[in-house]
Amino acid sequence: MNAPMTPPKTPSESRYVVLDAPPRRLRDILLRWEVILVILLAATIVVNTLVSPYFLDVFNLADATFNFSEKAIIALGMALLILVRQIDLSVAAIVALASMGIGYAAEAGYGPMALFAIAIGIGVLCGVFNGILVTWFRLPSIVVTIGTMSLFRGITQVILGDQAKTKYPPEFLELGQSYFIKMKETSIPWLFVPPLPLSFLIFLILALLFGLFLHRTASGRKLFAIGSNPVAARFSGIPVDRLTFLLFVVSGALCGLAAALLTARLGSMRSNIGIGWELDIVTMVILGGVSIAGGVGSILGVVLAVFVLGLVTFGMSLNNIPGQVVSVYIGALLIAVIALPRIVDKIRIPRRG
Amino acid sequence: MTALLKNREFALALILVVTVAGIGAYQPVFLEWRNISDLLTETSVLFMMALAQMVVIITRGIDLSVAANLALSGMLAALVSQYYPETPLVLMILAGVVSGLVLGMVNGVLIAFLGIPPIVMTLGTLAVFRGLIIIIAGGDQVNASEMGVAFQAFPKMVFLGLTTPVWIAIIVSALFWVFLNLTRAGRGLYAVGGNPVAARYCGIDQRRQELMAYAITGAVSGLCGYLWVARYGVAYSEIANGYELTVIAACVIGGVSIGGGVGSVAGTLLGALFLGIVMTALPVMQISPFWQMAISGAVILTAVIINARAERRPDKLILPEARRLKRV
Repeated sequence: MNAPMTPPKTPSESRYVVLDAPPRRLRDILLRWEVILVILLAATIVVNTLVSPYFLDVFNLADATFNFSEKAIIALGMALLILVRQIDLSVAAIVALASMGIGYAAEAGYGPMALFAIAIGIGVLCGVFNGILVTWFRLPSIVVTIGTMSLFRGITQVILGDQAKTKYPPEFLELGQSYFIKMKETSIPWLFVPPLPLSFLIFLILALLFGLFLHRTASGRKLFAIGSNPVAARFSGIPVDRLTFLLFVVSGALCGLAAALLTARLGSMRSNIGIGWELDIVTMVILGGVSIAGGVGSILGVVLAVFVLGLVTFGMSLNNIPGQVVSVYIGALLIAVIALPRIVDKIRIPRRG
Repeated sequence: MTALLKNREFALALILVVTVAGIGAYQPVFLEWRNISDLLTETSVLFMMALAQMVVIITRGIDLSVAANLALSGMLAALVSQYYPETPLVLMILAGVVSGLVLGMVNGVLIAFLGIPPIVMTLGTLAVFRGLIIIIAGGDQVNASEMGVAFQAFPKMVFLGLTTPVWIAIIVSALFWVFLNLTRAGRGLYAVGGNPVAARYCGIDQRRQELMAYAITGAVSGLCGYLWVARYGVAYSEIANGYELTVIAACVIGGVSIGGGVGSVAGTLLGALFLGIVMTALPVMQISPFWQMAISGAVILTAVIINARAERRPDKLILPEARRLKRV
């Protein structure tokens, strides 16, 4: 005879009853943002493979990553900022300023490592400037970064005028224009090392680091706390301003890194380099499920969104669809993905009057 | 006197007068009527767009799609002029306005009734509207030679020394002033933005107010779309690219609080005028136009810092000692 399994009954001393979380149902899992994105990604791959025979080609796919990796690197920093209810619209302008720094440093004869360091240094300085204005002066970040966006790109225009910077050391260009890891085939046909550009490799490594930081460390948890309720977070002893400041600096540093990769890839720069990127990057982050109201989001979601956007763009360009028509689909996708769960909610839960 | 100086609009106007006087002292040609008239004509679209954006920002929203709306509605008006040249001018302008209104209402309905965050929604429609221009125009642009004569002549007409766009801006500004200050719906916008919960308890329908705000912004963008296309004599997909940020900058300089509930017609007009002066004064001062962006960036930052000082509310802290700990 088995003893009946009875839960140990301890008399509750609290006035409150703590219930266990309700069991996960299939619907909850299916409605998770990341799952929606995986389905979208799968649909994108299937449709593109059916439409174009050139889509599922290792080298084509590797080349496609060139076009979104730099933005994706910046999106990681943007994701953390949006998570804590901030935003950085000056990212593209920081890219321009850092890229100009590289241009002048390259003419002065610096090597590739120094050029990367200079770009990241400029990015950090810009991030510090944004961070001070937001945390010290307590200004809304959307306004501050609209201002610094004009300021940073304006400085680039003032210094550069209508010139272009086109002289770079060949080793630097090599970093941006060739595969960092070369294709290696093994005896098994489906097992191989894919060719990877440096920018994509850096994005993958950074995504992993950011994911570990955000989801596996105490500091990462603190960001969620700040995003959910900054006042409560402050009262819980979380250094809200210090962390916010650091996130702006990180965002700036990532912009510097992206600027170096972009400049190396293009091999030239003008003052309008990367213009309009801020909106593409914010789109990546929001499609990735990071709530603009703060406190909700995951790095996995952002990475998936980056792939969805990258592959949709790549697939459409394979079919000669012009860039601005692609943007119609991306804009509509963004709205649809945000709107659909809300419509489902409206239908399922009758509104209270 | 100090009370007058603390008044934001007055302070801004004073700064403007000093700036203009300074530029005029250096280059008297800047103060000639012809130049001032040009300046006003050049800035008229920014005046209206900034007022419209202000209405949205007052409700705690933001509309990033205004410039794309302007370009799409302008293209529609231009296409009407190209393919149906017999259409009366009023109907062509109306085509732009109605197109803008409909596009604005798309934003408004999804934001107000589905609760999509405004910045997300309008970021999406920004991309969609820009792409639609390519689709409806078949990737082509409409040139001056393809638009009607009356279509292009209207914005260049002069009444009493001012061009029609300036007169339209004056009328639109007056309407905005009446609407925001004297009508129940207009006051409701401030209520919704200032304190949505209190507004709800007062029986103000937040969703209706929001829808109205985006519809107004859309209609004004459509009107400006016509003016833009007709004045510059060309319609293509890149028109007014990035202009949404200039418009928001004008609002910010004019003292509109991004947190909602604060903003005045006079302040916003002055903010737009300031940007207009910066843009037109540079060539007169023989400064390279490349300075324009850096200067407007510096002006925006200065303006927000000053505005934030003016409207800072005391923090809710339980102990005065805690004030020391506030900044970590």
